Amino acid sequence: MRTCGATPGGPDLSGVDLSKQTVIQGAVLRAGIADGVPNGAPVGNAYVRLLDAQGEFTAEVPTNVDGQFRFFAAPGSWTIVVLAAGAREEVKVEAIQGTPVELVIELH
Amino acid sequence: MSRSNSLVSTDWVAENLSNPNVVFVEVDEDTTLYDKGHIQGAIKFHWRDDLQDGLIRDVISKEKFEALLSKSGISNDTTVILYGGNNNWFAAYAYWYFKLYGHQDVRLIDGGRKLWEIQARDLTEEVPTPIATRYVAQERDQSIRAFRDEVIAAIGVKNIVDVRSPAEFSGELAAPAHLPQEAGQIKGHVPTAKNIPWSKAANEDGTFKSNDELSDLYQGAGVDFTQETIAYCRIGERSAFSWFVLSELLDLQNVKNYDGSWTEYGSLVGVPVAIGA
Repeated sequence: MRTCGATPGGPDLSGVDLSKQTVIQGAVLRAGIADGVPNGAPVGNAYVRLLDAQGEFTAEVPTNVDGQFRFFAAPGSWTIVVLAAGAREEVKVEAIQGTPVELVIELH
Repeated sequence: MSRSNSLVSTDWVAENLSNPNVVFVEVDEDTTLYDKGHIQGAIKFHWRDDLQDGLIRDVISKEKFEALLSKSGISNDTTVILYGGNNNWFAAYAYWYFKLYGHQDVRLIDGGRKLWEIQARDLTEEVPTPIATRYVAQERDQSIRAFRDEVIAAIGVKNIVDVRSPAEFSGELAAPAHLPQEAGQIKGHVPTAKNIPWSKAANEDGTFKSNDELSDLYQGAGVDFTQETIAYCRIGERSAFSWFVLSELLDLQNVKNYDGSWTEYGSLVGVPVAIGA
């Protein structure tokens, strides 16, 4: 869980076998400063879409109350698209097995 | 069926929140979203707890379906409006289910829960208290449901549409990318199946594409609309979405959802399997 002062990112990875999974995860935040933390408030009702290297839709998840999301992908190039009320952000990532991709996506 | 009597817009929903002949049902695999906020007046169905037999792998019995709808305040002449997260996958599955048991007036919210939220429309935590009815279901309409032997017999003969992601179709992934990649079944697809991911039928905001776009999509991928079509995915819910597109929006005859889908097919001994794109 994200706590004040902690590095924002995806959900807790305990219980996930990282030797077998290719994880892309992160947190969606409103740009700005909240509670003294140099990132904005978590966006808990955003939709995060995972597109493959050809731009084809692969998966979509809603963020949790901490603005977090997680995908179990395969190694390679992926695009993350975040949709929320009044906002859309796109981020390209390279995923590898064993080391999770941790993202912080700010909505403007 | 057609677009006008199987789909409603979010504007229509906003205007009919207090319509006494309408029951809204949020359907999903994770109903905690409902608990945090839902469309005013909506009740919830859990895809597994409410709609799966639980002992054997099958849809619930006619009697259980009648009991579920009766306690939910749904009458035979109720207009049932279904919606959910996951781009309406589970809502489409429930739609197929309502048709399986012969409900007349059931529709999906175009765009589902996602569009409702992206449009920043109101959600409530207030849970309604339905007035019980005495719902009478029809016998199952097996003309919209395919079983495994029919799928095997359809190889190279009928349209088989695999609506999973390209990575699942090719055998690279065993499940959608938001789920852990551990599963008992082998990977791959039914030989001669066309891979037309469910997502190609939807816009980014979750609404369905136009009928012209949808016709071009399926016919362009080699689906012969004069032939019978079987749609499948992993557990039968994404294929219910594509069944909805083909059967209800495009009004095609002889479209079946194979709800056993890859979790069944990929576990069968000795059946043909193909891998690669």
